[in-house]
Amino acid sequence: MLTKKKLFTRGMMDISPHMLSVIPFGIICGAIGVELGFDPYLVYAMSFIIFGGASQIVFLQLLSGGASSLVAVTSVGIINSRHLLYGAVLSEYLEKLSFIKKLLISYFVVDQGFAESNKFFKKNKTEQHLHYHLIGTGCTMWVCWQIATLSGIVLGSFVPEELGLKFAIPLTFIAIVVQDLKKIDHVIVMITCGLSSLLFFDAPFKSYIIISPVIALFVASLILRLKK
Amino acid sequence: MTWLSIIVAGILTYFTRMTMIALVNRKMLGERIKAVLEYVPSAVFPAIIFPAIFINDYGAFIEMNDPKIFGAIVAIIVGYLSKNIIATIISGLISYWFLIFIIFN
Repeated sequence: MLTKKKLFTRGMMDISPHMLSVIPFGIICGAIGVELGFDPYLVYAMSFIIFGGASQIVFLQLLSGGASSLVAVTSVGIINSRHLLYGAVLSEYLEKLSFIKKLLISYFVVDQGFAESNKFFKKNKTEQHLHYHLIGTGCTMWVCWQIATLSGIVLGSFVPEELGLKFAIPLTFIAIVVQDLKKIDHVIVMITCGLSSLLFFDAPFKSYIIISPVIALFVASLILRLKK
Repeated sequence: MTWLSIIVAGILTYFTRMTMIALVNRKMLGERIKAVLEYVPSAVFPAIIFPAIFINDYGAFIEMNDPKIFGAIVAIIVGYLSKNIIATIISGLISYWFLIFIIFN
């Protein structure tokens, strides 16, 4: 049985490689916000009020492009609706927690944290304090995101744009799913999602980000039916 | 006004995180749904990966010889073999930089 501290540290360790892409991306996000002409305090406040990577940039870009607040807010909600799927998966492991703890832990659910904690949970189902792993991944992400966006806001885009560091974001997610390429059913689901995301890229409110997972999960359910 | 929208967007985002964890009981989900949920990582992350590779900053499709495609292929191969996140990211970035700074320069 691992102690709470060990689980927390393990979560930190498991997510830390992703900071290689998260930190430059955070700096870029912070810098873009200021470049678009927004109040630096406002740009930073998004990092802890919304705490949602790409959705923060989209929000500011929409507003500065003349979109209404309603459109900007709706887009953030839709982009982040993928968390509903993460929550549905994680709920299995967080069931026994008190309601208050569930409310607190929810704030820290992020893409990479979900991915790494979910991998860990699947392998260690019998552990008692599993949620400390999720707190570990979430807190690491939170601290790095705050520092990265803040330094982008204060120092400007000191990461040279020519380096194209935004490209580290797809790479970080490739690292998450690459081992599942061994399984043909997962490959089909991934390709379905990827192609749908390109097909629906121009759908309103960036909704491709939730439309394509829904299509891919539908395909997954068909695969499961065929398997039986 | 912008402050208010940020707060509303934040509350919305928090609800997307909290709803399934705190408000929905696992028992409400049937066995079939639970089995399908196994596929969530494979069904969600390509929607982040594909557009970030194949669509440029202006919303147009990239050429088939774009350095990003090459970088992604290298990252997939290195990631698959090494099972290492850092190696995956670094190999993808270096092969991408190699193309944009040395070959296409």
